[in-house]
Amino acid sequence: MAGNTFYAQKAANQRNSLLMAGFVVLLLGLLGFSIGFAMFGSAAGGAGVTLFALTLGVMSGIGTYFQGDKLVLAVSGAKAVDPASAPQLMNVIQELAIAANIPMPAVYTIDDTAPNAFATGRDPAHASIAITTGLLEKLDREELQGVIGHELSHVRNLDIRFSLVVGVMVGAIALLGDFFVRFSFWGGMRRSRNDGDGGGGGVQAAFAIIALILAVLAPLVSRFIQLAVSRQREYLADASSVELTRNPLGLEQALAKIAMDKEVLEVANRGTQHMYFTNPIKKFEARSSSLMSTHPPILDRINRLRELTSQPPLSAKEASALTGLD
Amino acid sequence: MELLIIGGIIVVLAVILIGLYNGLVQKRLRVDEAFAQIEVQLKRRHDLIPNLVNAVKGYMGFEQKVLTDVTNARAAAVSAGAQGPAQQAAAENALTSSLRSLFAVVENYPDLKANQNVLSLQENLTTTENQISFSRQHYNATVLDYNTGIATFPAVLIAGIFGFVKREFFDAEPEAAAVPNVDLSLS
Repeated sequence: MAGNTFYAQKAANQRNSLLMAGFVVLLLGLLGFSIGFAMFGSAAGGAGVTLFALTLGVMSGIGTYFQGDKLVLAVSGAKAVDPASAPQLMNVIQELAIAANIPMPAVYTIDDTAPNAFATGRDPAHASIAITTGLLEKLDREELQGVIGHELSHVRNLDIRFSLVVGVMVGAIALLGDFFVRFSFWGGMRRSRNDGDGGGGGVQAAFAIIALILAVLAPLVSRFIQLAVSRQREYLADASSVELTRNPLGLEQALAKIAMDKEVLEVANRGTQHMYFTNPIKKFEARSSSLMSTHPPILDRINRLRELTSQPPLSAKEASALTGLD
Repeated sequence: MELLIIGGIIVVLAVILIGLYNGLVQKRLRVDEAFAQIEVQLKRRHDLIPNLVNAVKGYMGFEQKVLTDVTNARAAAVSAGAQGPAQQAAAENALTSSLRSLFAVVENYPDLKANQNVLSLQENLTTTENQISFSRQHYNATVLDYNTGIATFPAVLIAGIFGFVKREFFDAEPEAAAVPNVDLSLS
């Protein structure tokens, strides 16, 4: 199904996320073109409008690109780790940095009993990783290795950058859609038609309708795709973690332990949920088979890992024990 | 006019050729770097062992044989460095073997296992062995990438001409498949 080697799983995840991102680019192009054509009656107008929205999006993205990691660390209450106080953690991270051939990231801890972790940073040379004290206490060395492997893989696969690019495009689509809906609402179409040559009136009117439909739907659709991309990159990070550790069982056990843990991560909120190892907002995790979640269901992640060692997926009994859903 | 087209095609072909050649050179250099990194980890282990053994000698006085084995194997590995890769590999493998025996011994003594110094020793030895393993694993990954590069189309067309040859993977020592022999006698 997902593939019985991590190579196959990685390839599938990368292909899927790239296809989805490509679709978002297409949506942006279609929306921009139809709006521009509807407003100015020419393809050049469409290109201009799209470029403008993209520029605004990129400008907002630049701030996140360079300073986003500091912001995220501060919001999450992450504190820099004194290496002497957590030798095993530093050793595990060092080992996997060697396996991944990346520099040692900056290491932080979050003082919370809920087991979780996240990684941030625009590329391996500027990476930070944060782990809760709860995770350090509850997982053994192999399981910790699996989680760190997942987080370092996010850095190595440039997921933060990838998500930012997709986010900028989704933002541009939302901007354009919002603008055009207001523009049409306030009778902008009547004005431009009076100014126009009159020759392309019918085509322009048709485009106006298309543009309006897209302006309403595209922001929603692109947001759903953005969430689907986030889920694909999570699967990719799991498969990449196995590539580093060559030990699917460690990660599988870590996921199982975290799934059964009832603690709530206090610093997490909707804005930061997408970054964590598992979705820290418990009710989102429980309903995560929906299209609206940033993370795939833990059960699916475990079953994909079991495929790598040719084990059958968890039985219904084992699965319900895991998630506590009866 | 035809001259221009032919010239253009030649330029495009040259650019592609340069790209393929540079790609293969880059992959080969990565293999060399990864191999050198293994050396770094092996040296780190050489430097670490004397301090670690000293730290726990007092607590493990009755396990002199295991500790002496480790110290001797380490000395042999350091001197084997000057004798060539084959001898070096054999000596490093012998050192790994003796360290494994040390691990196994500690596992069987609950008092030792709980001791903070010994726990710290175990963690240091574990991470050292892991770092060596992972640097070998990374070496194998670069070798795979390079060998794939020279075997697949289109680079395969130029690989032979420019002298790019397959590199060997790093194999685990044959003793790795065997269970370590642990001498628990109190002599």
